[in-house]
Amino acid sequence: MSIDSPVLRKKKKNKIKVSFADRIINAITYIIYSIFAFVCVYPFYYIFINTISANNLSERGKVIIWPKEVHFTNYTEVLKIPDLFQALKVSVARTVVGTVVTVIIAAFLGYMFTRETLWKRKFWYRFVVATMYFNAGIIPWFITMRNLRLTNNFWGYIFPMAVSPFYIVLCKTFVENTPKELQEAAEIDGAGTLKIFFRIIIPVIKPILATVSIFSAVTQWNSFQDTLLLVTDKKYYTLQFLLYQYLNQATSLSALINSNVSAESLAATLARAQTATSVRMTVTIVVVTPILLVYPFFQRFFVKGIMIGAVKG
Amino acid sequence: MKVVMNKRKARGYREFLYILPFLILVAIFSYYPLYGWVYAFFDYKPPFPLSWDKFVGLKWFKSMVDNSVKIKQLLSVLRNTFAISGLSLLFSWFPMIFAVFLNEIKNKKFKKFVQTVTTLPRFISWVLVYSIAYCVFNSTGVVNSVLQSLGLIDQPIMFLQSSEHVYFKMWVWLTWKEAGWAAIMYIAAISGIDEQLIEAAKVDGASRMKVIWHITIPSLLPTYFVLVMLSLANLLSNGMEQFYVFENSFNKEYIQVLDLYVYNLAMGSGGYPLSTAISMFKSIVSIILLFTTNKISKMIRGEGFI
Repeated sequence: MSIDSPVLRKKKKNKIKVSFADRIINAITYIIYSIFAFVCVYPFYYIFINTISANNLSERGKVIIWPKEVHFTNYTEVLKIPDLFQALKVSVARTVVGTVVTVIIAAFLGYMFTRETLWKRKFWYRFVVATMYFNAGIIPWFITMRNLRLTNNFWGYIFPMAVSPFYIVLCKTFVENTPKELQEAAEIDGAGTLKIFFRIIIPVIKPILATVSIFSAVTQWNSFQDTLLLVTDKKYYTLQFLLYQYLNQATSLSALINSNVSAESLAATLARAQTATSVRMTVTIVVVTPILLVYPFFQRFFVKGIMIGAVKG
Repeated sequence: MKVVMNKRKARGYREFLYILPFLILVAIFSYYPLYGWVYAFFDYKPPFPLSWDKFVGLKWFKSMVDNSVKIKQLLSVLRNTFAISGLSLLFSWFPMIFAVFLNEIKNKKFKKFVQTVTTLPRFISWVLVYSIAYCVFNSTGVVNSVLQSLGLIDQPIMFLQSSEHVYFKMWVWLTWKEAGWAAIMYIAAISGIDEQLIEAAKVDGASRMKVIWHITIPSLLPTYFVLVMLSLANLLSNGMEQFYVFENSFNKEYIQVLDLYVYNLAMGSGGYPLSTAISMFKSIVSIILLFTTNKISKMIRGEGFI
């Protein structure tokens, strides 16, 4: 914005004149928002510096501002826990597979529900969207899943979330706002419903697909309750679920890791022996890192998602 | 003409066949479980199939209130649910005020930074929130360390293993996680306010606070109203994850909200039928609340939110 225009310059001058009360308000706002920002950032920073500091210091709460006696053995040790590596695989697999399935279905149904030709279009659209507003409760849901053999089954993470009404609404709204002429032109050229979807719709709605993918991926990665209800077999534990278990039993866990270390290296340094605190914190960082890495770059997609959702939802 | 119509119809049926598999998924995972509500009327023990001679009618519904111990427990669960929902409702203006003053910050980079970091917690799971709470607030965590080294306390305070201020703490965690995100909605609404209106007010000598009070906040009230109506509709649904992860033997009496109670009953003594009966009751009340608030919204704003 240029400052050359006389009006703007005048405004600026005015502001300086009025300023005393304003300056105090300014200062207070900056201080308060700095505190908010601090409260949101510091816990992550605190946990991170503790995971790379000497474990006998972190255990006694001595690491607060800077890391002390930096080392990275916590990460190599924690990743040696066999369950953790398996859980990492499950979490990554459900995030990737779940997101792909959910997004493709959301795009397809979002498009299909804009097709005027579709038999009983309005009815089926309501049939899908209505599911946003009720659920049967955990027990009937669990019994359904058990009858379908989806307990202790990887697909139990994928199928129930495959058709997601909210994402379908987002995609439908987006398709409705693209020029109809594109589809009409293709139709005159003799393209069928599916061809139009793959050739024309998908390329046009890419922006909303990015938003839906991000939302869906974060939901899959963070999901905890379905493991709690459906899974008893360790093979299908997710990182979130394992983290929850570790929080409650980190003491025995650190003992387990340390017993695997040879006596010599254990004696070598107390600073690197695993403690309950170090295990908890390290696993926490492992689980939160993907979100921290992805979030700042994709923030605009998140924001766009809520805006479109707000208009319709 | 008729041929064209038939072609159109045939195409419609074909398109229906394309989406049929997904409609079946919806039917299986969202509609079919509703059938499970029948468990609330049977004496059902998990591994055995349902049979008519186990039909018990409204036994489980009556058993919710048939002795004073159970009434007491149900009342305490309802008290927790209403207390936690009520506290959120009471402070529901917070994200709006957060957005209003954030908008007053002129430094774009700082503004963007604050917005990014305060929305971030929305995207981590409750398990992680609990884990962070544990690391920060346990007896050797940073809060206790700092308070002790400042000489403010001798013994570490047990923040998480305590039955004190449970509602307030749960509200704090919820706010930490959600407030920044909730503010985004209002920030968008603020950017939609007519600049000329604000300029005109300033020319007339309105101070910044006056502009906020007479222009910004009134133009955000419709959005605020919708969100309040939505949280009224969700009065009974606090979700269970937050309370499940923060629950321990110290705070159990205060943290058990309806959703968690349903889960605990199913896993514990109550068994499936009683748990189903309660969640069924909850669902029906929730649906009524949803339609009522939607109606109120229609009456006041002229449009609903469903």
